[in-house]
Amino acid sequence: MSTARILLVEDDANIRRFVRMALQDEGFEVFEAETSKGALIEASTRQPDLAIVDLGLPDADGKLLIAQVRSWSALPIVVLSAREREEEKVAALDAGADDYLVKPFGVPELLARVRAQLRRRQADSTTGSSVVSFGDIHVDLASHEVRRRGEIVHLTPIEFRLLAAMIRGRGRVLTHRQLLHEVWGPAYVDRAHYLRVHMANLRHKLEADPAQPEHLLTELQVGYRLAGM
Amino acid sequence: MNDTRPDPDRLLAEVADEQRQTARGKLRIFFGACPGVGKTYAMLQALQQLQSEGRHVLLGVAETHGRAETARLLAGLPRLPLRELEYRGRVLRELDIDTVLAAGPDLVAVDELAHSNVEGSRHRKRWQDVEELLGAGIDVYTTLNVQHLESLNDIVGRITGVRVRETVPDHVFDQADDVLVVDLPADELLKRLADGKVYLPKVAECARGRFFRKGNLIALRELALRRAADRVDVQMRDYRRTRAIDAVWPNRERLLVGIAGNADDEGLVREAARLARKLEADWIAAHVDVPQQQAGVERQRTAQTLALAASLGAETVTLPATTDVASALVACARARNVNRIVLGLRPRQPWRFWHRSTADRIGGAHPGLGLVVMAASVDHERVARRPLSLSGIDWLPYGWATLACLVATVLASPLLRVFDLANVVMVFLLTVAIVALRWGRGPGAWAAFVAVACFDFSQYVFTFGLMLAVALIIGQLTARLRREARLAGARERRAVALAGLAHALSAALTAEQIEEVALRNLKACFQAGVGLALPDAEDRVRTARSNAISMDESIAQWVYDHAQAAGAGSDTLAAARARYLPLKAPMRVRGVLALEFAQEGALLEPDEQRLLEACCNQLALALERVHFVEVAQNTLVAIEGERMRNTLLSAMSHDLRTPLTTILGAAQAVAPQVRGQSVEALVVSIDEQAQAMLRLIENLLDLARLQSRGVELTRQWHSLEELLGIALRALREPLRTHPVTVDIPEGFPLLEMDATLIERVLVNLLDNAAKHTPGGTPIEVRVRHEGGNALIAVSDSGPGLPTVAVDKLFDPFERGRRESVVAGAGLGLALAHRIVRAHGGTIEARQRHPHGAVFVVTLPASAPPDVEAA
Repeated sequence: MSTARILLVEDDANIRRFVRMALQDEGFEVFEAETSKGALIEASTRQPDLAIVDLGLPDADGKLLIAQVRSWSALPIVVLSAREREEEKVAALDAGADDYLVKPFGVPELLARVRAQLRRRQADSTTGSSVVSFGDIHVDLASHEVRRRGEIVHLTPIEFRLLAAMIRGRGRVLTHRQLLHEVWGPAYVDRAHYLRVHMANLRHKLEADPAQPEHLLTELQVGYRLAGM
Repeated sequence: MNDTRPDPDRLLAEVADEQRQTARGKLRIFFGACPGVGKTYAMLQALQQLQSEGRHVLLGVAETHGRAETARLLAGLPRLPLRELEYRGRVLRELDIDTVLAAGPDLVAVDELAHSNVEGSRHRKRWQDVEELLGAGIDVYTTLNVQHLESLNDIVGRITGVRVRETVPDHVFDQADDVLVVDLPADELLKRLADGKVYLPKVAECARGRFFRKGNLIALRELALRRAADRVDVQMRDYRRTRAIDAVWPNRERLLVGIAGNADDEGLVREAARLARKLEADWIAAHVDVPQQQAGVERQRTAQTLALAASLGAETVTLPATTDVASALVACARARNVNRIVLGLRPRQPWRFWHRSTADRIGGAHPGLGLVVMAASVDHERVARRPLSLSGIDWLPYGWATLACLVATVLASPLLRVFDLANVVMVFLLTVAIVALRWGRGPGAWAAFVAVACFDFSQYVFTFGLMLAVALIIGQLTARLRREARLAGARERRAVALAGLAHALSAALTAEQIEEVALRNLKACFQAGVGLALPDAEDRVRTARSNAISMDESIAQWVYDHAQAAGAGSDTLAAARARYLPLKAPMRVRGVLALEFAQEGALLEPDEQRLLEACCNQLALALERVHFVEVAQNTLVAIEGERMRNTLLSAMSHDLRTPLTTILGAAQAVAPQVRGQSVEALVVSIDEQAQAMLRLIENLLDLARLQSRGVELTRQWHSLEELLGIALRALREPLRTHPVTVDIPEGFPLLEMDATLIERVLVNLLDNAAKHTPGGTPIEVRVRHEGGNALIAVSDSGPGLPTVAVDKLFDPFERGRRESVVAGAGLGLALAHRIVRAHGGTIEARQRHPHGAVFVVTLPASAPPDVEAA
């Protein structure tokens, strides 16, 4: 883990410099690329464990780059994007990105996301047990049993399917479409309010303070993410 | 058709009628058989009654004719000053419509509906004044005698022997909301007359003996009552129709009246109008424009007859003669679904035994069409006889003809020695032929006569007859050829003019260019001074600068507003020197065209009329096209401007954020390495201040965005709890030292809102609370549902609000305390205020007891959509 290789695709030299510094201080090996073309070459030759991609690249849309990388690799991709490009973020996630950060972003936040994605990759490669836990919640995916501080919590079938989908995401940002498609089916992909109602119920059952959730986090206008796993 | 539903088309027409009438004023006509029955008296009584009920009534015109009992009723009624107009040395008083319109009463009384206004008034007839008042929503009471009704005018004239000139079109009477018959038996009227209680106009005074005979009075009374009863009958039928009492929808009759330009046309049209009313039929008055038959007098008469037909409710058309009158009429009848053709009876002319009348031809060839042939009476008074003077004849060609014959004689005499007589005759025949060819029938005939005289062979009667025949035939042929050539020339000229106009207009790109084209082309086309007036943005017409004539802007405005022609040659403001025509395009009137002719009445010819209409249409269409091009261009400019603003804003947003990203990132990247050292505090403060600056920039950009394009909401159903969660997470750092409690009921309904913007509101309120309160003091957020609204209260326990200018808190660049060291130019609250207002909600600030401040946001909450439980 300490020798994890990270590909940083960003055209702004200043941003590249401090991100590289922060990552190297954490013990990661960092490769840099300024353009989409360079990124593709680096990604195929260096075999990185994770890529951080800025969506606004000079030569091509970052979305395309993600889709191209995704076609032959499952490496986690964290996207950096400007705030006003809401639709682009969703498109990038739908294209296969795993997480995103809005510029300006905090360095501790970036490092946390990178670590979470690397952990997920490791967990994916080892066959995990059917029991997962985050915070004081334990979920048995096989028996559909959910416990909070050891006490059984009763979830409706929809709530459980929603929770299970979030767990399968393992910290990835799941867009509204992805979640609706997985839990309700393809006919429901435009009914984001379904998600909001059921997510609220889930939070009231699992979170200590549903208004300031620790695990079931909302990404505004984008989707949801399970944190702390 | 056994369906009992009312005919939908008719119902629609009735609804449209009703809608028009709700906006229009109501017209009540006090209707009588003859002067003296007490119409004015009844009207004034009704007016007094209304005034006592508190309605705002006005007395426009009331003719008391010095009758004391009527004059007494005037007392207490507000009277309107009349307009004084000087006419031929006398001062006449007329109703002043503009004063009435300005006074805006509920109801105005205007006596004598049939009155003709003095020249110089806006309309020629008082009934037109009344129409305008009704159009402005003012109710009108008026009086009318049966003899003044257009369709009965001639019958009354025949009964009484007195023909009145002032008439009112029947549609005014038929469309009146109320007709009140003021009736008096003949004997009583005669008694009143004997007592001197009846005033007679001067014209009628001489005919007093003739007019006020008992027989006449009875006939008039019957006529008036019957006409009023007809109206009631129509109302009854209308009622039955709306209630679907009729089981059958009768096919609507449609009549076509052929107008030929004869003396009996007027009578024919009146008869046809009566027939149409009895049959409840629509009717069309058609004139077939046969060029051969049209002398100036006849053209004039045809135009008058068509105008009369229009005033009697007919649709008027002028048909170009393609082959002959009969087939033109039949073609029109077929095209318009006419089931009866009405024609005047033409006595057979024995000397034209081969000639079949139009009626015969239609009857023979199209037996399926109903044919009504009427022997209408000729109103000899009105027929303008063609003058039978010799002064109109041009004698010069006859002189030339004589001369030609003399020359032929001189030439022929030497020939006689050489040739046989029969051959020499040919010289004379040739002369006659040439004369007829050159100067027409009359001089040709004269030449034949002179030739035979020169020939001096009285025994050559046969030769003379032959020559005469040749002269007549050639003359006739020449005349026809010439006429046709002239007509073809005229048509050609018009077609060329129209094509030229169309071509010039198609190249015009601006209203000014259209003006120029119109002025140039129409002047040549109509031999008239041309002016154009176009509306500005406030719908006031402005005359074009390059006009060849001076236009009266008030008339042009009237024409523009009413979409009706006015000025010379029309019924409205006929005293004006020019004729004003509205340029009607499909969407609306686009301007006013004025034509000033050198000689009066120059426009009455149907061909010219059609050409002018076509020109007006072309102009109107061109103006409309230019208008829409302008609209499209403006829209394009607006879109372009909007696009540029957006590009600028997002460029600014990017350029401001990128360096901040580096500053923040660099500070945060350095932080772990300087932990514990003296510079740590500096690094932390770079971080904090950069974050504060970031929030400031976000607010600034958001506010700029909202101000530049207005607030565009992307509303969806969102959870307030979720948005609060995001806001609190985003403000983790600033809120670190404040314990925050959130109180939101479980299962709080979703709200339809723009999540991004409402999140900005929450962030700003929380940030505001964090900034203005000392560390360690708690911040509370409470959400409640109250009376269809969602209430969000953010309260702190800080120093509270500044006592002054609480209402200015939400203005941009206003901060609670000027000397405050806390960052933020007060943009946050201004932004929040704008966003909440766009959602239809409110935001207010209150002092909290014992200390602290509360910001309360109220958002409208409608019922959220269903969510399937599972």
